[in-house]
Amino acid sequence: MKFSNILSTQGEWLRGEGPHHQIVISSRVRFARNLHDRAFPGWAKKAERTAILEQIKPRVEELPEMQDSFSELLQDLSSLEKQVLVERHLISREHAAKGAGSAVVMNRKQTLSIMINEEDHLRMQSMRAGLQLKQAFKLVDKIDSALESDLEFAFDPRLGYLTACPTNVGTGMRASAMLHLPGLVLSELINQVVQAVSKIGLAVRGLYGEGTEAMGNLFQISNQTTLGEKEDEIISRLTKVIETIIDKEHDARQVLLQKKSNTLWDQIGRAYGVLTYAHAMTSKEALNLLSIIKLGVDLGAFPEDRRLPIDELFIDTQPAHLQKSSQQKLNAEERDHLRAQIIRERLKLFPKPDIGKLARESGNGSAAKPLEHE
Amino acid sequence: MQKVNLCDACSKEKGVQDPTGFALADLLLGIGAAEEIEKGAATQKCPVCGFTQADFKKTGRLGCSMCYATFAEGLGSLLKAMHKGTEHVGKVPEHAQRAAQLNNRMRTLNENLKKAVAEENYETAASLRDQIKELENDLARKL
Repeated sequence: MKFSNILSTQGEWLRGEGPHHQIVISSRVRFARNLHDRAFPGWAKKAERTAILEQIKPRVEELPEMQDSFSELLQDLSSLEKQVLVERHLISREHAAKGAGSAVVMNRKQTLSIMINEEDHLRMQSMRAGLQLKQAFKLVDKIDSALESDLEFAFDPRLGYLTACPTNVGTGMRASAMLHLPGLVLSELINQVVQAVSKIGLAVRGLYGEGTEAMGNLFQISNQTTLGEKEDEIISRLTKVIETIIDKEHDARQVLLQKKSNTLWDQIGRAYGVLTYAHAMTSKEALNLLSIIKLGVDLGAFPEDRRLPIDELFIDTQPAHLQKSSQQKLNAEERDHLRAQIIRERLKLFPKPDIGKLARESGNGSAAKPLEHE
Repeated sequence: MQKVNLCDACSKEKGVQDPTGFALADLLLGIGAAEEIEKGAATQKCPVCGFTQADFKKTGRLGCSMCYATFAEGLGSLLKAMHKGTEHVGKVPEHAQRAAQLNNRMRTLNENLKKAVAEENYETAASLRDQIKELENDLARKL
């Protein structure tokens, strides 16, 4: 499979479906594994890294789940291509910085991605649309069991799977979900939620993981600890917390509709106006405004069939996607112009926000709770 | 539109007053980690990969899986502070399950052998010794 195929196919998990899809964009579960008799990638010399790669890559490629896969050495990818994969969350930012001795293998549907020689020898990750942590876990677990028959992973009976960073030791598992929480941000309740979640051993991060800023009202929630708790317990604890946050987000939206409908209407109108008429836009501004339009779709201010074009813009307006589609390297200013242009074009046939619909719903609280398609 | 920055530095900058939730992150980034390791042993070096505590201080990562044994002392309190528990209770790879079974069997055989010798039951002892030898060969093949 070629890189151009990746670019032209939307990852299955990006399609905005799945349980609680209005609020939970995607669920991901990743396992970290290492060969028992090799130095971790960050410490191994180039020759050893290459040997590790040659040992692992064929095993990964022959997995039944990896039929027709995209498999590439990091050194053979351009920096722009790596960035595209980062923007799709198929590889980490750390992995994108890697060159010789590292590789990535992913399936056609882009629901399974395996990084070789990232921080650990193996980082296997499964992605699903909506809230489906358990399903994502099942797939990685299966892949892990299949690989361990050929590869002996570093494992200690007391400490579990041994990883380069002590924060991952034990299960080596990180489960996370990407949540869209404009209601909680607009009602200024988000800090409370972030703090409460942090206190129970879960982490809240921005769009691209550790150390990144929250943009577009998107938040990643994941387990912080990996030792002393079973995988399925971590998954169900995380799922419960996310379900609580979903309820809080719905409540916040309800309150906004009932008590601050003018503010809400103003936000949606402004976002629509700027996106439709602007000629220069940073990716941060685009994400923040698109987030408000997405909220508008959730609340019925825009027809439901406009959801997909908006979801697509979230990804397509990211810097690397923009440059890849225009087939040229662009400076920041050129990107901002192109971004604004693409958004204007896609929103050409987008109807104006239906204020009547919002007003009706703000008068009737029960109608404000969006229907889930499960 | 309300912008929310979540990292420690940003939250301070924005005047978010309660960054306690991020104290753990500090630890995880290796600041506290390095100190903990230092308490363990000052000049220790991993015999397998040559990794030292100074390297850990610099990177916050370990050199190889054997480093966990080499730096066990310092890592113990660090892991305790980082994680929910100190012992793994999750998935066990099949090879480790088999090894655990063999080890258990070896323990039982040795106990029985001791008992047989104490009881001067030499016929049983001889048979147990054979079984132990066989198991040792099995284990050696696994390693």
